Amino acid sequence: MKKDLGIFGLLVALCLITASQNHNFFSATNLTNLSNVIGLFGIFGIGSGLVIIAGGIDLSIGSMIALVGVLLPMALRDWHWSWPLAVAFVLAVPMFLGWCHGWLVTRLNIQPFIVTLCGLLIYRGMARTITNDTTEGFGDSQAQGFGTLDRLADGKLFGLPMPFVILIIISIVMWFVLHRSVYGRYLLAVGRNENATRFSGINTRQVISSTYIVAGLLTGISGILFAFWTRSISPANHGTFWETYGIAAAVLGGCSLRGGEGSIIGIVIGTAVLQVLQNLVNLLGIRSPRNYVVMGVVVLAGAIFDEVLRRHSAKKLARAQK
Amino acid sequence: MRGICKQFPGVVALDGVSLEIGAGEVVALVGENGAGKSTLMKILGGVYQPDGGEILIDGKPISIHNVNDAMRLGIAFIHQELNVLTNLDVAANVFLGREPVFTPFRLINRRKIHADAAPFLKRLGLDVPTHTRLDRLSIAQQQLVEIAKALSLNARLIIMDEPTSSLTLSETNRLLDLVCELRDQGVSIIYISHRLGELDRCADRVVVLRDGKNAGRLSHEEASHDKMISLMVGREIKSFYVESDAPKTPGFLRVRNICSPMYPNETVSFDASKGEILGFAGLVGAGRSEMAKTMVGLDGPTGAEVWLGGEKLSIRSPHDSISHGIYLVPEDRRGEGLVVGMSIRENITLPSLPRFTRMGLIQRSRERKTADDQISSLKVKTPGAETMVVNLSGGNQQKVVLGKWLAMQPRVMILDEPTRGIDVGAKAEIYRLMRELAAQGAVILMISSDMEEVLHVSDRVAVMHEGKITGVLERPDCSEENIMQLAVGRTVAAAKPPFAP
Repeated sequence: MKKDLGIFGLLVALCLITASQNHNFFSATNLTNLSNVIGLFGIFGIGSGLVIIAGGIDLSIGSMIALVGVLLPMALRDWHWSWPLAVAFVLAVPMFLGWCHGWLVTRLNIQPFIVTLCGLLIYRGMARTITNDTTEGFGDSQAQGFGTLDRLADGKLFGLPMPFVILIIISIVMWFVLHRSVYGRYLLAVGRNENATRFSGINTRQVISSTYIVAGLLTGISGILFAFWTRSISPANHGTFWETYGIAAAVLGGCSLRGGEGSIIGIVIGTAVLQVLQNLVNLLGIRSPRNYVVMGVVVLAGAIFDEVLRRHSAKKLARAQK
Repeated sequence: MRGICKQFPGVVALDGVSLEIGAGEVVALVGENGAGKSTLMKILGGVYQPDGGEILIDGKPISIHNVNDAMRLGIAFIHQELNVLTNLDVAANVFLGREPVFTPFRLINRRKIHADAAPFLKRLGLDVPTHTRLDRLSIAQQQLVEIAKALSLNARLIIMDEPTSSLTLSETNRLLDLVCELRDQGVSIIYISHRLGELDRCADRVVVLRDGKNAGRLSHEEASHDKMISLMVGREIKSFYVESDAPKTPGFLRVRNICSPMYPNETVSFDASKGEILGFAGLVGAGRSEMAKTMVGLDGPTGAEVWLGGEKLSIRSPHDSISHGIYLVPEDRRGEGLVVGMSIRENITLPSLPRFTRMGLIQRSRERKTADDQISSLKVKTPGAETMVVNLSGGNQQKVVLGKWLAMQPRVMILDEPTRGIDVGAKAEIYRLMRELAAQGAVILMISSDMEEVLHVSDRVAVMHEGKITGVLERPDCSEENIMQLAVGRTVAAAKPPFAP
């Protein structure tokens, strides 16, 4: 809770700094754009965060988004599937891949880092292979009968971009799941101490596997939204490095890579911080090559600050106890 | 050490404690957890600075600012958790940080390091090549490597903190012999242990601390267990064993053919009565913990058969055993028993969490109530149910482990080393709880390597040796000698078979 407030303070500060540098920050266009990308990145960020909370990591998200991004137009445009079927398909694929990750991690005891790193390579390769490395697009959605999907993914509700609306809905659902449900408590327990959780009669393998499946689902949803946002999906570049945004958002938002710690609100605000930062960098006219440096430095600073805070409170606690 | 004082914010850890030790003397330092033993030793070892008092060596006052100072003065500290690098060999561990090198590139002189290490191993009777990696040695052997390191530093005083807590009985005996030998060679030893039986063997004097003060000192002749315990707690504690008059139902729990991965060629079968405490004695490594883990399904489905109250159970996972009311309090409290980074409330409700939900959501107020009930009935010392378990003392942590199972009405409770590292007062409370639970009609299986505990608490004792039960002793036949005979695999006339066929 305290951590959430801290990161929220950082977000507010960043917004004010950006606004003071460029009065366009609070313009409707900028805010709409900003909320749109926060939605896009936040949805898979929550998935990434859940995996981290259960003590794992998912590096394959960016490649999964690319795979979803090329499969969706193919299903809609080339195979002429109805859009609900196509959506079900492109959600099932990453969920299945997530299930595979979970199986490899919990049954064969392969480290999540290795499993999902291989996923990162394999799915990128698959996306490029099935498209022959050509850029995919949707064409006229209305004419081809998936205008509804287009509006659901890229439209607006009460003036808010759909990805942002979907993020809000998913956050609320996942907040109850993580912070109020039995499953969520098991996730936190498994992340802290898998052994003790297993000794308490909980099927820890199932709990851990499930996080990769949920991450797959959320990545799939993000993937659909991204595809309709960019509208041209180049299999070689679409989604590269995006998994790092998920991880960075989760860490900024208070998830510990040691597992067992984190909150949904933190992850969402963490995503927002990253996107406002990106916005700041753009508005200040810092050229994009330096972009990554700024982001890296900020996340690192956040991690250092968190560690300093942790030591401080540990000391305070020790003092209070003695 | 004279009049040592040490304050931590809010608490006086040491209040004018004095301790003296002669050359070639073994002093045992005993006291409840929190009595100040560790703090005192950490001051001697240079980890903490004293607020008052003085330390003298050979009559000269000295100051110890850090661990290096202590080493230079010939003080070596062997911690309970070993500080060895298991990926390096014996010689590298003995001379870590002081490797003989070739200049100018500081390449290690491999021949010299092994040649130098060998005499120390020989002196300790550790018969392994100096190029053995430590992960191929037993815990006892690794400990000897640490002692070798201390000797190589010309230690005149060795502090041993609970050195036998993870050793087998024969290893313990060997260590105690070694302590005597080192003493005869002129090394002084301060020996901290909760196992009072060990102190009879080697201690020239016993120094008892209580609440950060000297509570008394006893010579070897005066140091009886009752006396030590009464000084530690400040009151007389009579034997813990109370004959219970609770009705017993023999054969209530029947266990057949447990085969643990540790001893794939042996099986364990036994009967236990409703209302009894069945002790499991044996040497460390006899396969008792492994048997318990297999029994509750932690190794997955096996060929073991368990009947409880006449009903045959199918146990394929811990979930199954828990749903039948069979609970395990594991040996490794912090690693297996608790999620220490979570609160008392969250730990207590973890195995029974679905019971606290309504429409899929956890109701914290109900959780809180259950946690508060357990805290008060177990007398857990804590500010409240939201306290992180990591901040509790060992005894209180163990009570939380018990609490999470007691909240679910146990029918069979398996306790593996239930009082390891716990102070005398909390021990007595845990014994009382076990007895109460048995009286309420549960079956208690208690695995313990503490002979005193086995003798004090059990109604019957099953003794294991290398993966099988070598005999079961009824209460009148429970003697240290009988248990030891069975534990080393011999037969005892009084011993009964573990079950009636």
